[in-house]
Amino acid sequence: MAEARPEFWRWQERRWRDDTVDPRAGGILSAGVDVGSVSSQAVVMVDGRLYAWSSRRTGGSSPDSAREAMAWALEGSDLRVEDLHFVVGTGYGRVNVPFAHKTITEIHCHARGANFMYGSKVRTILDMGGQDCKAIRCDERGKVVAFQMNDKCAAGTGRGMEVFADLLQVPIDQVGPMSLEVDEEPPPVSSTCVVFAKSEAAGLLRRGWPKERVLAAYCGAMAQRVFALLSRVGVEREFAITGGIAKNPGVVKRIERALGFEAVTGAVDSQIAGALGGALFGHALEQKGRGQR
Amino acid sequence: MRAHYGYEDGSGRYYITIDTDRCNGCAECVRLCPAAVLEMVEDDPLEPAAVAAVTAAQRNRLREACAPCKASGQGALPCVAACAPDAITHSF
Repeated sequence: MAEARPEFWRWQERRWRDDTVDPRAGGILSAGVDVGSVSSQAVVMVDGRLYAWSSRRTGGSSPDSAREAMAWALEGSDLRVEDLHFVVGTGYGRVNVPFAHKTITEIHCHARGANFMYGSKVRTILDMGGQDCKAIRCDERGKVVAFQMNDKCAAGTGRGMEVFADLLQVPIDQVGPMSLEVDEEPPPVSSTCVVFAKSEAAGLLRRGWPKERVLAAYCGAMAQRVFALLSRVGVEREFAITGGIAKNPGVVKRIERALGFEAVTGAVDSQIAGALGGALFGHALEQKGRGQR
Repeated sequence: MRAHYGYEDGSGRYYITIDTDRCNGCAECVRLCPAAVLEMVEDDPLEPAAVAAVTAAQRNRLREACAPCKASGQGALPCVAACAPDAITHSF
């Protein structure tokens, strides 16, 4: 029997729950489900307090991915999906969240989530997701004042990073740290398409470049591309990064170098920002609805 | 909210910008865009009002969708001309 090939791209699926929060105390139960192209997240809040969340890989079907993320977030608690008062669907697959009461774009949700995660001083957010990247400017309440998106495909995103981890056979969580081991920054990979960038990297490896240098060239290219994305909306501090790539110090450090200052960090997983924003909107909308009833 | 939808083609990087604070929700741009690039969406989730936006389907292919109007060289684009409150601009 053939030995299973290690899956270098595979990032860790996570879940979390705060058992000091009592979901049965009578507060508003809101949730956000963010079905992205690469990962799906579910966040459950009790009266605007973070109660439970999960983050897992998106499968072939958006409705199933949404259901699975929610089931995993609620697993072990005595809550069921039906108990939730207001569920917001967001992300690329937001229209396919069967149990959502409302869908809201990921732009609004990321801004709102980042405002909760990193504080009200955040004015600029870079959402680096699985398949695209957006620059968002918001006010002190997390309301979007401007955003910018480009027509780029997988290059400069989480999916591109997965492809590179696999090509270089470096576990995905080590791509960033390893890329920082170079003494001198190599010129960034020039291709903007991940398919071409991959063949360019294969060429560099053949020329004898060590892995960390190739990874540095790729992370550098990603940082450069993202920096260009901020050109139109501008950057005002505080600056935060959401999405999976925020966990890659190889990209984050290079963006910080280009900007000349650091991104704020928080205690909550950067990948759940969209779903968290959805849960916050859910809370606000349920509150509003009850006031009107 | 200023929404900048960018794309790149062989000649450079361009943006279609919609200022949703100016948009009056008339949907004339949606009606007149020959490539079905625009749609009406909810702006602020907490204070819903319909505003124009680039559809999710066209966001990644503005390069192709907007190319015929951009290349026509006939002054104002249909979407821009249709917009009474001047909410739509482009960087061509």
